[in-house]
Amino acid sequence: MEGKRSKVRMCCLCNQSRASLNRPKTLQQICRDCFYLSFENEIHQLIIDNHLFTPGDRVAIGASGGKDSTVLAYVLSKLNRVHNYGLNLFLLSVDEGITGYRDDSLETVHRNQVQFGLPLKVVSYKDLYGWTMDEIVKLIGLKNNCTFCGVFRRQALDRGAAFLKADKLVTGHNADDIAETVLLNILRGDIARLSRCSSIITGEDGPIPRCKPFKYTYEKEIVMYAYFKRLDYFSTECIYSPNAYRGFAREFIKDLERIRPRAILDIIKSGENFRISTNTKMPEQGTCERCGYISSQKWCKACVLLDGLNRGLPKLGIGRSRPGIGCKEENESRGVKSIESKQCGSLDF
Amino acid sequence: MACNGAGGCQSGCYKDEEPTSDQPTASSETDSRSSSNLCIKCKLNDAISGYGGIDDGRFCADCFKSNLFGKFRFAVTSNAMISPTDKVLVAFSGGPSSRVALQFVHDMQERAHKNFEASRDRSLPVFGVGVVFIDETAVLPIPSHEMEEAVEVINLIVSSLSPPRKELHLVPIETVYSSDSTDGKERLIELMNAVSDPTGREDMLLCLRMLALQKVASEFGYNRIVLGSCISRIAAHVVSATVKGQGYSLPADIQYVDARWEIPVVLPLRDCFAQEINMFCWLDSLKTIKLSTGPSSSINSLVSSFVALLQEENPSRESTIVRTAGKLIPFHFNRIPEIVDGNVPLATRRRQKRYNLKSNESVSSESFCLLCNSPLDKSEIVDWSNHKNCKNSDTFYTSCCSSCQFQILPPDSTSMEKFYMHLPHSVVSRANQANNGNLKALREQIQDCLLSDGEEET
Repeated sequence: MEGKRSKVRMCCLCNQSRASLNRPKTLQQICRDCFYLSFENEIHQLIIDNHLFTPGDRVAIGASGGKDSTVLAYVLSKLNRVHNYGLNLFLLSVDEGITGYRDDSLETVHRNQVQFGLPLKVVSYKDLYGWTMDEIVKLIGLKNNCTFCGVFRRQALDRGAAFLKADKLVTGHNADDIAETVLLNILRGDIARLSRCSSIITGEDGPIPRCKPFKYTYEKEIVMYAYFKRLDYFSTECIYSPNAYRGFAREFIKDLERIRPRAILDIIKSGENFRISTNTKMPEQGTCERCGYISSQKWCKACVLLDGLNRGLPKLGIGRSRPGIGCKEENESRGVKSIESKQCGSLDF
Repeated sequence: MACNGAGGCQSGCYKDEEPTSDQPTASSETDSRSSSNLCIKCKLNDAISGYGGIDDGRFCADCFKSNLFGKFRFAVTSNAMISPTDKVLVAFSGGPSSRVALQFVHDMQERAHKNFEASRDRSLPVFGVGVVFIDETAVLPIPSHEMEEAVEVINLIVSSLSPPRKELHLVPIETVYSSDSTDGKERLIELMNAVSDPTGREDMLLCLRMLALQKVASEFGYNRIVLGSCISRIAAHVVSATVKGQGYSLPADIQYVDARWEIPVVLPLRDCFAQEINMFCWLDSLKTIKLSTGPSSSINSLVSSFVALLQEENPSRESTIVRTAGKLIPFHFNRIPEIVDGNVPLATRRRQKRYNLKSNESVSSESFCLLCNSPLDKSEIVDWSNHKNCKNSDTFYTSCCSSCQFQILPPDSTSMEKFYMHLPHSVVSRANQANNGNLKALREQIQDCLLSDGEEET
């Protein structure tokens, strides 16, 4: 990164060391130390301003071994040490049972457990549902498999967090992810999700609230942080959805970022400022009659899908079976060219 | 204004060309012949395709045209856009959308005129129509010969649309200065040059264009401005406003009616797709103009091509976007103000009342960005008690929305002062009024008589 510029530029924050990078978010030319400092401080400030944690909280970090969750685990444990949050941190991983992908990334998480000194809990689809993703894909093929994986992962994380007796679950969703979600919910007309997707804490009515400390953190900066800190992370795409990263919306966000880095933050800001009409019908939150998990329907999505799998009717619960907002999204996102990128949240939860 | 440069404007050119291969419809005609689907409406003629949207390939040419006009008329009547006593100004850019808007307004006026002649008591007068074209050569690199030809075509179009006769106003954009100085054009150029961001320049021009339209309308006694914004245009605006962080004010811009201006602005083509409009122009051989304004690297054009791509992939995408944004709460000014004038015939008033939307849910906002006039979010409203001794230009800066501050206004105080100096008088006077806190003081006096609660904005 240290370019051979004829004129030596100094860091515009400390003015003491040589600037070695263009900060993606602000385009300031700064040195590495100032980058680490501002990166970490922004996250600290966000945690303080939004009262994300209270001292003594047991916090589960959704860890996939990917860059976002690895950096999150590293930064959270560092901030917890430096600023005395008084948190008990845990790593929580989900084993979907994907040979050649998740087994490798879980090894990374196991190494992180040692490197960061955080206890690790792994919950597997096999234990929870009796099926691995490999078995599911064998049955249903490569179409709609991400629906199963996504629905199952959500519950698996909650169950894992409950096992750890966690008070909070934090995930590595970054600013790019949230901006993309805001746009996608507009594009597909999902007003219910649009109203909540930009909140920093979600699921407060559910068993365990989830927070996104990287809400305003740019993906590029996370990569930069991981690169400079030489963090050990796993960067392979899920074998069942190799093109998940090629979504229209993601490319669009990257194009926007090139013209105007601030656009990502502006999209999130718009998402926060939308005032949604109270006349709009929202799905009602209830509990699943079968497993007791939160659900807007009689059975939660996971139970519907699982029931289909066990009865040998895997198409049950996919597509048109349920009228309303949720099903439209699934139909649309299965197009030949998806507008969505991380449909299966391949690398981070 | 119409889809000028927003994509989908390839159809028709002011040069007399045969509609050839680049027409979206040329191939579709052969399609329809081979498949020979009957029109689902009249079941007589072959359906045509190529006009996009949800109804593509279902109607024959005539039914398609009457369906499109139906969408326009429904929007007009169900939102009380045009009453018999109104005088309507159609903003005409020469592009397909505003061309169709002009055509439809004319058709409607013609019918009203026939009804008027036929009726016995003649209680409902016929609304008046004028046309305005804003010449932006002062700030856009439009070749002069193109503009000359365009003006010729516009004159022809407007004179062909009579009776009833329509007045045409050809107005340069620097008209926004005409009342305060003679060097309007120079000041305008200075002002625009102070804006460095390409997106900011486009949006600044949009503000100025609206100012010019308002000025013409109020000078010549019009009480409605008709824009040709179609659903494709509005869908792109939803996305670009989101990208610019204008989530709070976004609902204000995308309703059928926008009465935050002195002269209310109406969008009767809000439910028509750009492709449908292009098809209509082609079927009826309506002449349109496309002025070359040079390449654009703005967020607006990036968004337009993104939305156009999505629309190609799914023909209902644009309407989904607009419907989603339609679920955001509109503002109190997103409806036609009721007529209180006793001189207006009762029939007109009754008619208007019946169709005007009930204000079951809206947000009232009394602070607006001084530049783009978008309603300000709580966090953007500045408490003036701490800003007593500021320079005018600095107070102006702080009372603009954060989006204008970022993409239009110069960041440093000195250039801001210069920018402020070059602003048209109408903008500055709006600023002065806001600074004096006039509205706030007035509001306090009548506070006890106000009924609505949802006004945390003040």
